[in-house]
Amino acid sequence: MIPLTREQMAWRAAQDLMEGDYVNLGIGIPTLAASFVPAGREVIFHSENGILGMGPKPEPGKEDPYMVDAGKNKTTLVAGGCFVHHADSFLIIRGGHLDVSLLGAFEVSENGDLANWTTEDPAFPPGVGGAMDLAVGARAIRVIMDHTGKRGEPRILKRCSYPLTAPNCVKRIYTNLAVIDVTPQGLTVAEMIAGMTLEKLQALTEPSLRLAPDWQVLAPPEVPKARAA
Amino acid sequence: MIDKQVKTTADAVAGVRDGSTVLVAGFGMVGVADHLLDALHEQGARELTIVANNSGNGDHGLARLIISGRVRKVICSFPRSGDYSAFLNAYRARSLELELLPQGTISERMRCHAAGLGGFFSPVSAGTKLGEGKEVREIDGRLHVFEKPLKGDVALIKANKADRWGNLTYIKSARNFNPVMAMAADLTVVEVDQMVELGELDPEAVATPSIFVDRVVVVGAQA
Repeated sequence: MIPLTREQMAWRAAQDLMEGDYVNLGIGIPTLAASFVPAGREVIFHSENGILGMGPKPEPGKEDPYMVDAGKNKTTLVAGGCFVHHADSFLIIRGGHLDVSLLGAFEVSENGDLANWTTEDPAFPPGVGGAMDLAVGARAIRVIMDHTGKRGEPRILKRCSYPLTAPNCVKRIYTNLAVIDVTPQGLTVAEMIAGMTLEKLQALTEPSLRLAPDWQVLAPPEVPKARAA
Repeated sequence: MIDKQVKTTADAVAGVRDGSTVLVAGFGMVGVADHLLDALHEQGARELTIVANNSGNGDHGLARLIISGRVRKVICSFPRSGDYSAFLNAYRARSLELELLPQGTISERMRCHAAGLGGFFSPVSAGTKLGEGKEVREIDGRLHVFEKPLKGDVALIKANKADRWGNLTYIKSARNFNPVMAMAADLTVVEVDQMVELGELDPEAVATPSIFVDRVVVVGAQA
């Protein structure tokens, strides 16, 4: 039983991005998903700092000082891309105009509460950035995260232990072991990696899981092929 | 003849008073009016409240104001960006106050002031620690918190080109907070790379119309 790599998790989340979707990708693993959108599908990426139609990382030597993404890394604009100012960019985020917001998380609860902005480390000032805006505004809020923490502790919990980013917002969770939907009936496992059982997955998850009747094996390519820029 | 161009960055920030709220545009290092921030340092205003997305980088611009103890309070969404050691030291020494706000709440509060409105209800931060203490109202079955307008005494704006009326254009993602901050202050001061003749800017490309702009100064190679 081999847990998914970061690229495989991003690949799986990317398979759910549909033709014509406007999507915001959070910092970290979600950013990788842009490379794994299936060929032939046109997906438009938004960046909180006012880019609609964000492209891939620039080739070495072609960095543009005026083009950065939400993580302040250099990025590019695709043909058809444009710029908006910050108030309009967050109108796009907050106002339900994005189809998908794909975020990283520290913890998610069984009713879809999300904690991804602070671990309350007293040595450092907290930072929230656009996390709370992104967690309330998009039509679908999805999360990519490792199923458990560094010491094997569950990160899908009955109640989040860290401060919430937004209550009751997450609809789908992609982990390195499974794809789980947050439903009114509780957490429903849509996919699990080969060799995983519901019992074993349950042992790594605090709230009760149920298996979808039509569940499938989560089997991304061994090394997902990034789309050519 | 209307001419908002001033000769020096010192002229541009003249008259900023102690205790002012200063809107500092930019996202990370992009679209920041660093020359105006340095001029404000020279000008000497103290007890400033800074509204910005981040908290300054290295030892120049906003960071320099913080190092010199000119900043009483920072209102921002993400202080932990780049080399923010100047802010971190002041934060740990408790020599300045941090008000942390969601990024879209900062920009919308300024837009709200610019629009002459008395505030707005937002679902962002409702039910979280950052929403604590704010008035809560359920609207269409969803919790919202009340946010007040946010006004600057001064806005420090970075644009690419200006004409003598103060119409502005930006470059790519360096636009970011600049247009909304330019609308939301009593005194809007702009540093630009280049002045052009009136009529030379494509009217369709003007992102900040002149009505929001008070002073313009050329910085960098063209100065």
